[in-house]
Amino acid sequence: MKVKVISRSTDEFTRERSQDLQRVFRNFDPNLRPQEKAIEYVRALNAAKLEKIFARPFIGAMDGHIDAVSCMAKNPNYLKGIFSGSMDGDIRLWDMASRRTVCQFPGHQGAVRGLAASTDGRTLVSCGTDCTVRLWNVPVATIVESDDSSNCTAEPLAVYSGNNAFWDVDHQWDGELFATAGAQVDIWNHNRSQPINSFEWGTDTVISVRFNPGEPNLLATSASDRSITLYDLRVSSPARKLIMRTKTNSIAWNPMEPMNFTAANEDCNCYSYDARKLDEAKCVHKDHVSAVMDIDFSPTGREFVTGSYDRTVRIFQYNGGHSREIYHTKRMQRVFCVKFSCDASYIISGSDDTNLRLWKAKASEQLGVLLPRERKRHEYHEAVKNRYKHLPEVKRIVRHRHLPKPIYKAASLRRTMTEAEGGKKKEGKLIVLQEVLPLNHYVKEESSKKLSELWHYQLL
Amino acid sequence: MGVKQDNADPGQILPPIEQELSNELDPKLKKYLRGEGTNLEVLKDKKLKSQLSVREELYGISAKAAAKAEEWLMPSEGGYLEVEGIEKPWRINQHSISSEINISSLKNQHDIIIPDLGPYTLDFNSSGRYMAVAGRKGHLAVLDMKNMSLIKEMQVRETVRDIVFLHNELFFAAAQKKYPYIYNRDGIELHCLKEHGSVLRLQFLKSHFLLASINKFGQLHYQDVTMGEMIGNIRTGLGRSDVMQVNPFNGVVALGHSGGTVSMWKPTSAAPLVKMLCHPGPVSAMAFHPNGHLMATSGKERKIKIWDVRKFEVLQTIPGHARALDFSQKGLLAAGNGSFVQIFGDLSESQHYSRYMGHSMVKGYQIGKVLFRPYEDVLVLGHSMGWSSILIPGSGEPNFDTWVANPYETSKQRREKEVRSLLDKLPSETIMLNPSKIGTMRPVNKKEKQTKQEIAAEMEAAVEAVKDTAFKNKTKGRNKASKRAKKRKELIERVKRPLLERQLKEDEKLAKKPKISEKENALPTALQRFASKKATA
Repeated sequence: MKVKVISRSTDEFTRERSQDLQRVFRNFDPNLRPQEKAIEYVRALNAAKLEKIFARPFIGAMDGHIDAVSCMAKNPNYLKGIFSGSMDGDIRLWDMASRRTVCQFPGHQGAVRGLAASTDGRTLVSCGTDCTVRLWNVPVATIVESDDSSNCTAEPLAVYSGNNAFWDVDHQWDGELFATAGAQVDIWNHNRSQPINSFEWGTDTVISVRFNPGEPNLLATSASDRSITLYDLRVSSPARKLIMRTKTNSIAWNPMEPMNFTAANEDCNCYSYDARKLDEAKCVHKDHVSAVMDIDFSPTGREFVTGSYDRTVRIFQYNGGHSREIYHTKRMQRVFCVKFSCDASYIISGSDDTNLRLWKAKASEQLGVLLPRERKRHEYHEAVKNRYKHLPEVKRIVRHRHLPKPIYKAASLRRTMTEAEGGKKKEGKLIVLQEVLPLNHYVKEESSKKLSELWHYQLL
Repeated sequence: MGVKQDNADPGQILPPIEQELSNELDPKLKKYLRGEGTNLEVLKDKKLKSQLSVREELYGISAKAAAKAEEWLMPSEGGYLEVEGIEKPWRINQHSISSEINISSLKNQHDIIIPDLGPYTLDFNSSGRYMAVAGRKGHLAVLDMKNMSLIKEMQVRETVRDIVFLHNELFFAAAQKKYPYIYNRDGIELHCLKEHGSVLRLQFLKSHFLLASINKFGQLHYQDVTMGEMIGNIRTGLGRSDVMQVNPFNGVVALGHSGGTVSMWKPTSAAPLVKMLCHPGPVSAMAFHPNGHLMATSGKERKIKIWDVRKFEVLQTIPGHARALDFSQKGLLAAGNGSFVQIFGDLSESQHYSRYMGHSMVKGYQIGKVLFRPYEDVLVLGHSMGWSSILIPGSGEPNFDTWVANPYETSKQRREKEVRSLLDKLPSETIMLNPSKIGTMRPVNKKEKQTKQEIAAEMEAAVEAVKDTAFKNKTKGRNKASKRAKKRKELIERVKRPLLERQLKEDEKLAKKPKISEKENALPTALQRFASKKATA
């Protein structure tokens, strides 16, 4: 007869010295864990509640401008710095960590309309309503020191004047050229005082211009004749024009999928397009209640932030759906510009009340270096919450956001209006003008070349 | 890319030893997979399909990792009893085992004889380290079974009918003569639960922190021990019952009644979930298998029945008395009867229970309670003269999980565990017969509504059937044509009336609940403009 009974020696199961860690033994048998789903549900509920408790997205405001902030630019080489230009011509370089001005760039006589940093981060290009384009040397030394007491001012490298006021500027991603938007689209070189090239399609002012991150010779512009135009620098001509029902205030290219761009429109929506196929929008992002003023993509390409005239900043997913998050403060008035920081963790908004505000991209994120246990716990909370987020109790907590009363009222008003018209407003018109006006716009083709042929790189 | 390659050639690259191991792992994988994978072929939405297939793959990977961990990382091995030749396992007694096993396990074979203080009941805490004993004459004690030391004993000078540990070894509840009391480990009386009345049996639902009790009048009480709230107060209406067990799988309390019925209860409803007739005579004992599928009941007619609780069918009937029943963690069933305890096991893994071992005590000792000790191969019997502990090889789970139950717990770990289990406390609404339904979608029940055409057809058919009935030819001037026509018309109306009334009722119902019907008839949003057009047309 062979007999064996469970016998455990205490030494094997307890620690030797008091400085050792306690021993942990795992048995993953499901029979030892009854009611797993119920426990997971309770944990999902608690995780949703904890997320709401720790949701404190506002970090701080950067105070200094004396007029509304009209535009911002990110420095691709320096994570902590952000440039901002205001309506009285004041351009400042801010250090986000200490939320102080590092450097000032005085010079513009009127409102600064556009700011862009060159790819190496050494030159800042600004344009304004005083019909000038100024190039500035970004002082690298002061950035590194980030001395609080000294507030340096820099002299412009160059001042180029044009005939009309400039509305926007953008620098090429991997090249030497930058483009300005004004009466027409001008392409400039750093060293030439006159634009090397000029594009025009129609007689209306061009409001915004953006270079494509993947294809350095492609740029998208929006004009006040409610159109979005794509230009190709290699053939020196406009390629496609897309006319919408309302004006587009800003365009942003998706840095991870450079054939897609999203346009922030006056009719409170953002439209995502595939640049190769402009017939119909890939996605309509509806959530704002007033004109969307600015849009910027996160470096991950998975979400974008929009700032709107209705005093809120919203974060959307790139492929559709309602906004994931809304940020608002009593003191933040009309938001004119927003930027996603280069590490995808922060959002900077510049608004009418002369402040730049720094927000967290994930409202309940714990900043700083996390211990591995903390990180695992956060990941577990995320995962268990995502598993049960369709259940009513969890959904109610996860979805809940406090909206300011005017926005809440405006949103419900919009909802009743659309419901009264029996579904989507535009689909009614769609039946009548099916061939000419798909959705919100129609497309004109200038060049016979297929836009898809302009893309030479492999998409991973 | 690397992951793809792994999945592409599962069997070719592995060396022969590893291949054997992977063959061994497959049956173990099933245990960790928790059910069948979903059928993704039915889905038409490509995005959803790809997301779900990624998730299914992840489940497979985690199940494999768990199976491998079971294979390599478990520190202890289970007990076993192998007989040779013509020996029968049920003839082997504790004495012959004791000479074969190691000395440190011998301390688990003992008898404690306390003759004056009445039949003893007992309870273990979840890790099996601490035991609470209660003698009928008022003797309460808490013992540490690892060190075989007495922590606290006291005499409450009243009859004590039952004792349970609460979530910790720090608290226990004793069902005394008039009310149940909650005591501290130091013997301090913390609470007197007057609402429960004279309780016969107590049970503690660990994940819900509910103390369930059945009293002399057949009333079932559920009390939340965290805040002291009385969650449920149910009059069962089935009389005094002495038999109460909790199904650990779903938290349902089962009572055995003198009519032979077993009823299952949850705190939020006044009617039982299930009432099943198990025995022709009174139910004398009941036990649940830890996996929640099996239930053993014994009746006074000398039969022990093993049921499948999901289908409510008898799987096996074993002849014999049993005044006490208990399942072990590994599925062995102990049946105590008089001074003899019989242990049954499903040795061939076919869910057929056969005799495994037995133990008889001094004649005259009446066994009142049998309880397997968690994570040990020990069975403790509470009898009229004290309690005895015997060794049953192969009954306990050899490997414990520190985060579930730790026999080597320090006080710091115990405190942490208490806080964590309070955070994970389940609400009482999660007690249901099938707990895996939480988080799933309720299927839409489609009532077969008759279309208008069908209704019209039915009415026409009814009218057709009656239309040509021949009336009696009346004489003496009573057979006027107008009267005949009127009579025919009345007959048709009479046939139509019930159908019309039914139609009216359904219309009223529809008018009362507009939202639900709208949801059921909703077309996809792209086609809604056609729906409105249809209505107008």
